[in-house]
Amino acid sequence: MNEPILELRGVNKSFGPVHVLHDVDLTVRPGEVTALVGDNGAGKSTLVKAIAGIHGTDSGEVLFNGKPVHIHNPREAAALGIEVVYQDLALADNLDIVQNMFLGRERVKNGLLDEASMELDARKTLASLSVRTVKSVRTPVSSLSGGQRQTVAIAKAVLWNSKVVLLDEPTAALGVAQTRQVLDLVRRLAEQGLGVVLISHNMNDVFEVADRIAVLYLGRLAADVATKDVTNNQVVELITAGRSGELGLARPEVAAV
Amino acid sequence: MTETPIKPSDPDSSAIADFGIDTTSRSTSEAVGDYFRRLRGGELGAVPALLGLLLLVIVFTSLSDSFLTLNNIANLFAQGGGQTIIAMGIVPVLLLGEIDLSAGTASGVAASVLALHLTQHGNLLGAMGTTVFYGFVLGAVIAIALCVWMRIWIGAALSAIALLILLIGFAANPWVEILLAITIGTVIGSLTGALVSKIGIPSFVVTLALFIAWYGVVLALVGEGGTIPIRDSKVLFDVANGNLGIIASWVLFIVAGGGYAIVVLFRHFSRLRNGLVAQPTTLIAIKVGAVVVLGAVATYLFTINRSPNPALTTIEGIPWVVPIILVLLIVGTFVLDRTRYGRHVYAVGGNKEAARRAGVKVDKIRMSVFVICSSIAAIGAIVYSSKVGSVDGNAGNGNTLLFAVGAAVIGGTSLFGGRGRMRDAVIGGLVLATVQNGLGLLGYQADTVNIITGLVLLVAAAVDALSRRRAAAAR
Repeated sequence: MNEPILELRGVNKSFGPVHVLHDVDLTVRPGEVTALVGDNGAGKSTLVKAIAGIHGTDSGEVLFNGKPVHIHNPREAAALGIEVVYQDLALADNLDIVQNMFLGRERVKNGLLDEASMELDARKTLASLSVRTVKSVRTPVSSLSGGQRQTVAIAKAVLWNSKVVLLDEPTAALGVAQTRQVLDLVRRLAEQGLGVVLISHNMNDVFEVADRIAVLYLGRLAADVATKDVTNNQVVELITAGRSGELGLARPEVAAV
Repeated sequence: MTETPIKPSDPDSSAIADFGIDTTSRSTSEAVGDYFRRLRGGELGAVPALLGLLLLVIVFTSLSDSFLTLNNIANLFAQGGGQTIIAMGIVPVLLLGEIDLSAGTASGVAASVLALHLTQHGNLLGAMGTTVFYGFVLGAVIAIALCVWMRIWIGAALSAIALLILLIGFAANPWVEILLAITIGTVIGSLTGALVSKIGIPSFVVTLALFIAWYGVVLALVGEGGTIPIRDSKVLFDVANGNLGIIASWVLFIVAGGGYAIVVLFRHFSRLRNGLVAQPTTLIAIKVGAVVVLGAVATYLFTINRSPNPALTTIEGIPWVVPIILVLLIVGTFVLDRTRYGRHVYAVGGNKEAARRAGVKVDKIRMSVFVICSSIAAIGAIVYSSKVGSVDGNAGNGNTLLFAVGAAVIGGTSLFGGRGRMRDAVIGGLVLATVQNGLGLLGYQADTVNIITGLVLLVAAAVDALSRRRAAAAR
């Protein structure tokens, strides 16, 4: 098994009196898709935001490439090579694909935007991901379909040579064919050697693309198992009850503080 | 369908071939067809405003003999210059989906300070009275601090110049006064911007409050019912009433027209060379040719003596207002289209949260557009004060601001943010100036002029809303 690229150890996070994350451990390995599942309010989004540097953590350790790091803001996360593709798609509608992919990291030559090199690299990246549904990289994002938008957001992560990509519900609002495209893309990311974290509610998606499944239950990591070792039902039980047979959290009376 | 990713050793060309439409430049007919498709899809841009302008010109020409005369057209530019420039200042604010209601009266403050500096020979302390003067000094100091804090260095530098001119008390000199007016605008914009972006008060409320407050300051400076003449200064009077010489007019044409042609063609061929998305060369050539020919014709017409009484006086040359607006238009367009700052302005206007997550300093951008707005509005104030030849208590009050916002919207800038260009303000400003000038020539009074202007604005806003709906439906 290859070395983890990103490792969380005993991460805690509270919002005021609400303890959202309890001693969460999470391991992301390059070339693997780790699915992060859990019911609403289990702390998935908080965990992602903690990794992305949007929320700080209260305690616990984050190791990147084996070295402890402290991520205070999205810029630092991006500098490490951690890219988050948000559920609500952080794209600006009025800009085109190239402009969105380079947003915040525009290339400048002689004080002016270097459109030529940005356009060529955006196109190369999309081509390397075998994205063929987009006609022109100068299409405004407002005229793209949901799947195409998702593709652009994900391609952005590849463009920046990210090591870890966190995808927050990438297929939530998509139709069947578009979901297909995005899942293929997720697989391709892993094949290119990236560590991929996929947050999803859809068990079909999870079982199709994930190598490992991490289940959050009420802010605790209930299980972190290889996909081939579990069944759909077991994962659903883990999500809803926090345990399934031998898997999962200890009995509630022990776990209670 | 899962394919192995393309290996790095693959030649780029094969990867790029997937985007056939990007690399092969389209034929002219395809490009034209695509353009009309986009028009139908709701991306109207400046087209409705230009059509409206054409319609207005035809109507007024047929109704009034004196409308389409050289003298009147030159006059129309000077009349509309002030509000057009303020409109250009407002464009970046509108791009963020914000509004600056105070730009009008803020420009009035700049104009009043300019006029006082001129007539009181630079002794602003004596002219303003201690309280008001130290109020300005304090404002400038705060503005410098805010700009430094937000790292808006140009704003800090201009505010510092305002502070210097206030404190040192230079002798009256039109250029010092122009600089003072612009930098006072910067100071005001910094305060507005900080209130909006750092304190987080909605821009509508901040600028509504400041709109009222600055009107009070103008009254305090000018005196109730007072009028300060500025026509004694030749430079200040010529801003809106003077013309370039014949030679200077042609030089302007060569510099502006030639510069435009060189920049557009150079960019086009460098795009073609790099295999980027490019318009057909024929189309570019037609566009450049049209601009250059129109520019030449306009320059030629402006160099004809257009005096109503050619025997007695000579009026010839391009009005000064034209190069002033041209410079602002070029610089503004350049900053918005070709710099990282401009890109971030559009990004924040399109999706603030996306821009924030991408690492754009949203607060800084939000503050900076107000700094730009008020600074440019001050230039507008110099033009409209110059046109009248004096500054009075109503400088920048009343409809000034609303006409400016109207001009930007008529030109195609969206009030919802993210969509708009500098040239929108110029086209919209021309439409409004044409309405006002034409109706004036036909002998209509303020009542009709205002009703018609309001209706024109309403039509423009309706076109904007409908085209947005259409664009959303086309998705």
